[in-house]
Amino acid sequence: MAATSAIPPQRAAELEHMVIQDCGSCHGLTMKGGLGKPITPADLEGRDPEGLAAIILDGVPGTAMPPWRPLITEDEALWIAAYLMKEKVE
Amino acid sequence: MTRALLLVLSLAAFSSSAWAEVHISGDSEPQRCLVGGNIAVHSSCGTGDLGVVIERATGSVLVVDQSDRASLCRVEGLGDLSHASLTFSPDERFAYIFGRDGGLSKVDILGCAIDKRIVQAGNAIGGAISDDGKLVAVSNYEPGGVKVFDADTLDPVADIPMGGKTVGLADAPGGRFVVAGWDSGEVWVLDHSTDPKDPAITKIENVGANPYDALMIGGRTYLVGLFGEKGLSRIDLWADPPSAERILPDYGKNEPDLPVYKMPHLQGWTLAGDSYALPAVGLHQVLWADARTGAETARTEVAGQPVFVTARPDGRELWVNFAPPDNGKVQVIDAVTHQVKQTLEPGKGVLHMEFTPRGREVWLSARDDNKVLIYDTRTYEKLGEVEAQAPSGIFFTDRAHRSGL
Repeated sequence: MAATSAIPPQRAAELEHMVIQDCGSCHGLTMKGGLGKPITPADLEGRDPEGLAAIILDGVPGTAMPPWRPLITEDEALWIAAYLMKEKVE
Repeated sequence: MTRALLLVLSLAAFSSSAWAEVHISGDSEPQRCLVGGNIAVHSSCGTGDLGVVIERATGSVLVVDQSDRASLCRVEGLGDLSHASLTFSPDERFAYIFGRDGGLSKVDILGCAIDKRIVQAGNAIGGAISDDGKLVAVSNYEPGGVKVFDADTLDPVADIPMGGKTVGLADAPGGRFVVAGWDSGEVWVLDHSTDPKDPAITKIENVGANPYDALMIGGRTYLVGLFGEKGLSRIDLWADPPSAERILPDYGKNEPDLPVYKMPHLQGWTLAGDSYALPAVGLHQVLWADARTGAETARTEVAGQPVFVTARPDGRELWVNFAPPDNGKVQVIDAVTHQVKQTLEPGKGVLHMEFTPRGREVWLSARDDNKVLIYDTRTYEKLGEVEAQAPSGIFFTDRAHRSGL
């Protein structure tokens, strides 16, 4: 995966931690949803990673989904999008 | 056998199935409790200085001892504990743990074991126990509504669909629960005092768009946070009929908004003297409001987006934690001057703070350090720490005796 090759392993571990803990605050630790929508691989099937990365970076106005652009790069957002589409968080 | 059994007490707990025998034995033997026919897993017989710490990523909890500043044991197998909360039985023996995945677990604190566990819904957000300790209610996102269970057996008692997601479930005096509907913008008062299976329902309409959380203050005032519009709603349960009143009309109306990486909890509201202190949304400020009129009176600049603004039990200080990326800090605000008097960096990912009942010490969960840190609230010195796996909520058993918790 091209997007992930740019992320060093240590940063990838930090991003994974961020997804499980901070995204999990609203989407659930297993990504099955809560205040935020469910975002398991099944829920995201057919979505385009760039579109998901844009949501991660800029948030969804009018909802509780904040823009993460101040905290992560575009490559990192793509890494998170690919991670969510592929990894089942147990 | 030189051991002298000095005293045997048999205590009838509030249900027939939960007999506890307390054996206080002689000099060389440690004090032991018989719990449901088994010796307690840990040596403590009382539960008044115990607590439960949620380990959110592993679906487990720690039973902790405030006096020993130590964990006593771990209970596993509790499901998805992201956004988990719990409430205690009146005798402080059992914790009812509400999981995100709809799990409702009754944990025996002395026996350090799951007493009963059900999965009562697909996606839940919180729960409450009735003022007589006989009913446990759970607020659900999926399928929505409120379900009510027998506190002893966890058998179903009542099901109130409400037509959508519910939030902010709290107990109120007189066998009542109060809950807000995310979709309906209504608050319902469920009165189980006459017939637990068929509560009398009082509906309060036009509370506001998309309530996302609510808070019971002192059994009389129910505050509702709104996601779909600015401001908050306040309901006086002493009024007949109760109706919703808007307060803090500018609450949340901040331009340009800073991103909010963790929603402040309304449980982060505090009544300090004559004022509410509460986390601003989208601003790095703590707001102060007159408790009588609900009008904003002051603001305190703080280190980040506040999540919990928690008063020390004497009300003299407020301890504040923050959303990412400032969640390694905790600030202490003087309730009289409204000034920040201390900035601590106790650990990484500070999610929650719980004071010992009289406020001498405070426990802080540092999720990303896998520790709970214990601080002196006068000297701000660290007194101890407890290893825990990604700890989040800390709940001390004195909550058993407070309405709304």
